[in-house]
Amino acid sequence: MHIQEELSERHVLSLTVSNEAGMLARIAGLFTARGYNIDSLTVADITPDHGVSRITIVTSGPPKVIDQIIAQLDRLVSVHKVVDLAEAGPFVERELALVKVAGSGEHRIEALRLADVFRAKVVDTTIESFIFEITGTTEKIDNFVNLMRQVGLVEVGRTGVVGLIRGKGPV
Amino acid sequence: MAEKSGADILVECLVDLGVEVVFGYPGGAVLPIYDALYNHPTIKHVLVRHEQGATHMAEGYARSTGKPGVVLVTSGPGATNAVTGITDALMDSIPMVVITGQVPTHLIGTDAFQEADTVGITRHCSKHNYLVKDPGKLAAVVHEAFQIATTGRPGPVVVDIPKNVQIATAPYRRPEPKQHPSYRPQVKADASAIDTAVEMLAASERPIFYTGGGVINSGPEASRLLRELAALTGAPVTSTLMGLGAFPASSPQWLGMLGMHGTFEANWAMNQADLILCIGARFDDRVTGRPDAFSPNSRKIHIDIDRSSINKIINVDLPIVADVESALADMLALWKQRDHKRADLAEWWARIDGWRARGSLDYAENGTEIMPQRAIADLYKGTRSAKDVIITTEVGQHQMWAAQHFGFDEPNKWLTSGGLGTMGYGFPAAIGAQLGNPDSLVICVAGDASIQMNIQEMGTASQYRLPVKVFILNNEYMGMVRQWQELTYESRYSNSYSDSLPDFVKLAEAYGWTGIRIEGPQELESGIRQMIDTPGPVIVDCRVAKLSNCFPMIPSGAAHTEMLLDPSQVAGVMSDEAKALV
Repeated sequence: MHIQEELSERHVLSLTVSNEAGMLARIAGLFTARGYNIDSLTVADITPDHGVSRITIVTSGPPKVIDQIIAQLDRLVSVHKVVDLAEAGPFVERELALVKVAGSGEHRIEALRLADVFRAKVVDTTIESFIFEITGTTEKIDNFVNLMRQVGLVEVGRTGVVGLIRGKGPV
Repeated sequence: MAEKSGADILVECLVDLGVEVVFGYPGGAVLPIYDALYNHPTIKHVLVRHEQGATHMAEGYARSTGKPGVVLVTSGPGATNAVTGITDALMDSIPMVVITGQVPTHLIGTDAFQEADTVGITRHCSKHNYLVKDPGKLAAVVHEAFQIATTGRPGPVVVDIPKNVQIATAPYRRPEPKQHPSYRPQVKADASAIDTAVEMLAASERPIFYTGGGVINSGPEASRLLRELAALTGAPVTSTLMGLGAFPASSPQWLGMLGMHGTFEANWAMNQADLILCIGARFDDRVTGRPDAFSPNSRKIHIDIDRSSINKIINVDLPIVADVESALADMLALWKQRDHKRADLAEWWARIDGWRARGSLDYAENGTEIMPQRAIADLYKGTRSAKDVIITTEVGQHQMWAAQHFGFDEPNKWLTSGGLGTMGYGFPAAIGAQLGNPDSLVICVAGDASIQMNIQEMGTASQYRLPVKVFILNNEYMGMVRQWQELTYESRYSNSYSDSLPDFVKLAEAYGWTGIRIEGPQELESGIRQMIDTPGPVIVDCRVAKLSNCFPMIPSGAAHTEMLLDPSQVAGVMSDEAKALV
């Protein structure tokens, strides 16, 4: 007997939650307990009184599973709202990465050239290294990081995705 | 304002919330609360023998009274012992509040004596949980905990209170009811969905009501409305294990339980229906059989207060997120307003009667052994004249036989562990039910194996003079395990024989109970009579046919139409795909 898996699609979920102890464990634990995927997860409080946080989760699964994920998240007592950004309309998503590259000579010059093309900023430099700051979609950052591999990539730190609906209304 | 200690604030809250009974066990981290409860004029504390017992007692109390069950245990092992009962209450949607002591805040995280990460451990087996670090917030948390436990889809809520928070003081004022910032269960159904549901029901030629524990959780009025809607439409009604009693078993419209050990007529009617109205049930795997073969030609309406239950297993045509009582009231009002007439369901009923004629619950008797089904049927007959009967069960064959052969006409009279399937549930649940219903005849139908999982609670029943009856169907096997080994593993009975059983009659006597042994069919009726007529707690050791199996049965991975009706249909082996299913 072999275990079969279904085809999955990527979704960006935006949650507002009460900013309380254990909240992130509740969310992350729900995903592990029910066997859902987390591709990335970001969290920070977003109100002046620090009472509410926004959690952005990139997940993947068959459509039926995505519906279940939303319903399961929504039923947690401290979750205020769950929105599937793709369902809610056109949206903007961004991710920030810090990319450290070390090298000298041609590699160093090529790294700078590529960074310019990608509109990455140099936020730290030594004679033998750079740290670039790059913002964009996950795909853009993937592409940039892949190019940097060939010119001396040391390591990468990524924030995961945040997103908001386009236009004047809230998520 | 005068300040009170955290322990006093907690007890004050429990009084304000109308709590009459607390099931608990003291220990170091809850001593301040126990002192606040000492000689309390209104709150009765029931001292259990093991914390798991406390949780199931609270469940039995809650399920039989409709009020939340309250548990009080200490930190560490007290809390971890409660975890099975908390999980059980989550799976079966039982309102319960569990207060756990915790080591003082400055010791949290230091591996202190009797420290366990209670909120971490219970995070995913409770509906919600709290660690209260400030006595000033305790009252609001306790009130909120009861609100969350008892509203929406009910469930267990854990409140973890460090010992220094129980001792520290804060001003206390009874919290005003306020709207929760994020928790707002949807009670009232969308009007257009109700409209569509009523029209679908009126147009249906082969409807069936598939009801569940949600009807009972919604309250007695929901059961009454269900009966009214069934009477108006003439539709057949089946129910899950958890929903038994919401619709009267004595009604001609009752098809019996559906699912793995449901009746032939209930499962075939589900398979052949053109409309399923699912009311407060959740398409559990024990109900659906193979999901892709589940009721292939029906349109499906699903009423559930928990949106995540909808389209989880089976896709439905019309989801209705609402409380059952509210949704049924709306449907009835619209049905009457539209002046819908009862459709002619004669042809549908003729087919159902054909399935019924198979007699799927029939069993053969040999006159020398007590068939377990007969024992339940006689128990039902023997208790019909009693004022009010509450049946609890453990988990296994005896549970299914009780569900099949005992008729329930009222809600809140059948207490069983459905979702989690917890052996050891039934006996403490009976104690809890007896506390909440002192005048009822409370009987725990048990197996010889599962009764031993919480048998220590005999002392609790003795201490509080609770006249519970434990009716053991003793076949000296973990019968359901043995049955699956017969179905799947060519009858290799790996560890399913109950060796070294205690003498249950002597055990009864050791605890000051009455013990009765029933050994043959001729003793059955009189033994049951004696049990009922004996004041105080009684154990009945009813020796039943050792190798009886529970039929009908839908084997793992099979469809409703592939029921096994009797032992001759058992092949003894299964495919790996079927074996992998639980």
